Amino acid sequence: MTPAGQQPAANRRLILRLVMLVFAMFGFGFALVPLYDVFCDITGLNGKTGVTDSRTVEGTPIDNERRITVEFTGNAANGLPWEFRPTVAKMEVRPGALARTTYIARNISNQTVVGRAIPSVTPGEAAAHFKKTECFCFTEQYLDAGETKEMTVQFVVEPDIPRGVNTITLSYAFFNAEKYVERQTVKMKHQDTKFEKTHADKKSQHRG
Amino acid sequence: MATAEAAHHDEHHGHPTGILRWITTTNHKDIGTLYLCFSLTMFMVGGLMALVIRAELFQPGLQIVDPHFFNQMTTMHALAMIFGAVMPGFVGFANWMIPMMIGAPDMALPRLNNWSFWILPFAFTMLLASLFTVGGGPAAGWTLYAPLSIQGGMSVDMTIFAVHMMGVSSILGAINVIVTIFNMRAPGMTLLKMPLFVWTWLITAFLLIAVMPVLAGVVTMLLTDRHFGTAFFNPAGGGDPVMFQHIFWFFGHPEVYILILPAFGIISEIIPTFSRKPLFGYTAMVLATAGIAFLSFIVWAHHMFTVGMPLAGELFFMYSTMLIAVPTGVKVFNWVSTMWRGSLTFETPMLFAIAVVFLFTIGGFSGLMLAITPADFQYHDTYFVVAHFHYVLFSGSVMAMMGGAYYWLPKWTGHMYDEKLGKAHFWLNTIFFNITFFPQHFLGLAGMPRRIPDYALQFTEFNVISSIGALGLGLSQLLFVYVVFKCVQGGKKASSEVWEQPLGLEWTVPSPAPYHTFETPPRIS
Repeated sequence: MTPAGQQPAANRRLILRLVMLVFAMFGFGFALVPLYDVFCDITGLNGKTGVTDSRTVEGTPIDNERRITVEFTGNAANGLPWEFRPTVAKMEVRPGALARTTYIARNISNQTVVGRAIPSVTPGEAAAHFKKTECFCFTEQYLDAGETKEMTVQFVVEPDIPRGVNTITLSYAFFNAEKYVERQTVKMKHQDTKFEKTHADKKSQHRG
Repeated sequence: MATAEAAHHDEHHGHPTGILRWITTTNHKDIGTLYLCFSLTMFMVGGLMALVIRAELFQPGLQIVDPHFFNQMTTMHALAMIFGAVMPGFVGFANWMIPMMIGAPDMALPRLNNWSFWILPFAFTMLLASLFTVGGGPAAGWTLYAPLSIQGGMSVDMTIFAVHMMGVSSILGAINVIVTIFNMRAPGMTLLKMPLFVWTWLITAFLLIAVMPVLAGVVTMLLTDRHFGTAFFNPAGGGDPVMFQHIFWFFGHPEVYILILPAFGIISEIIPTFSRKPLFGYTAMVLATAGIAFLSFIVWAHHMFTVGMPLAGELFFMYSTMLIAVPTGVKVFNWVSTMWRGSLTFETPMLFAIAVVFLFTIGGFSGLMLAITPADFQYHDTYFVVAHFHYVLFSGSVMAMMGGAYYWLPKWTGHMYDEKLGKAHFWLNTIFFNITFFPQHFLGLAGMPRRIPDYALQFTEFNVISSIGALGLGLSQLLFVYVVFKCVQGGKKASSEVWEQPLGLEWTVPSPAPYHTFETPPRIS
């Protein structure tokens, strides 16, 4: 329908727009990654739980009338040579009160291993009201060969948690994070946790 | 116009012949033929893989192939059929028919057209070659779900690159189609006078441009997760495997409409011709197509009801999915109304078209069943899903293409195909198709999982029936190849109109369509 003389210019304009659309959609594919994350954080979908500063929960009113059962579970994923379990299977908490529990991890291999724990809370509608003020899942965990470590979780169940929710399950999956820890960070952690020098050497050999 | 004239110029002064003609061609008819031949070849390759699957499932237990190879076959069968047979097949139809239907001398970007075809053989050589690498071909299913696909061997990388190349090919093809339709229509051919096949392809091309880059993005993430230390889908690095499914199906659901909309277009051309009536509800058809395309972007998570979505998500995706039945129902209603009180005759293309309307509707209904979230928890990943998507993909897309091939073969070759053999092909194909796939509904409802090389004894009878049907279905396609080959070789001369007063500009040019058509645009009143 474009008059013959104007066709090349019209084609160029349209092609340019379509190519821009192609690149925009390619970018959109990648943008979906943070978008889904934000969406899950806001809604608590996918069991994503918030990180909270302990100061902000200090003033939370405690609801003495309700008791919420919090169950703990955890497993070490394939490729992480650890034993990992909660020290208690469940506890009762009052909404608004700060609670504390521990998990125990033991490295059953003969070298230092870096792990990262991914938390998940079910049911999903409880996730947004389950606030952790301290958790071993905030950072990578380093365990020496044969080392056993008790790791702390401190949390608050907010008083405005929906009425129907009486049981919450907090689950951790521990993954081997070797691949994702920068060499730099390994060194820093090495100083922090006073690992033997040999371990760092072994690690760099292993990685090299 | 300048490029079209240049191509025309070449023709008169030593156009290459033999193989070079096909490699260097910028003619839309040549490229259409290349696409269609490529599609038919991949259809046969993918069909052979399907026969390996059905041979293994003929009996319970493991007889013919080991489970790992079985997984490679299910993966490759799907990739070959979706990206090798159906998508290029429709691009072939688009190349041949769109310029002739809108009165244009060629596609708007002929050199790009050549390029977008010739990427494909290389992409598929790489994909098929991955079967011979150490550890065999990709075996994680065509959906390439992470984390399984992160663990595969080098064949996964080859698949990823092949997908990139197919994506580039499809996107270039889609750009070409859109520019052609917007800028090359003959004077007087307003958008709402375009044949429905052109309309469906215009909308398909926009879907391609919107989602193929997302597929390219998600397989790129897979690649960097595998080799470059990113963690999009690996929880150890803070990623999420379910994220892969979300991004993949954001591409994947519009993709299934990319595979079916041009088929709707072909059916909408065939049925009016053999009903001797114009298409009923043309505008409604256009709007329904656009409606389906829009809805396709907001239903993706119905492929993943069982990942543990919250209730609100399940409900949203359930209702939005069911909503698709409305525009689809409009289409089926309009096809039936076109036939209503028409002077029907039942030549091979019409037989295919009617079978598509009927069988696609069965596939649509089983899709509606799958859309019901609580029911889907039982159907998910069973043979019911396999039956469902073969009813929409084979008896929808593939049979529509076969019908379209019979419909336009006389225009392409100048000869009538052998009507008797064409009808024989139709009946063999359709009967064996139903023998193959109908029992799979029952298998799925009874709980037989898909993508597993072995099954419990109670599933034996239906699997035997299905495998016998598959063998017949495969063999009946040899008859199709023979009919096409025979028609190309010779036969009764076809007139310009071919059929009885068909509508459309393509029937105003002689048969076979000359190498160059509509160099002076026709006037449409």
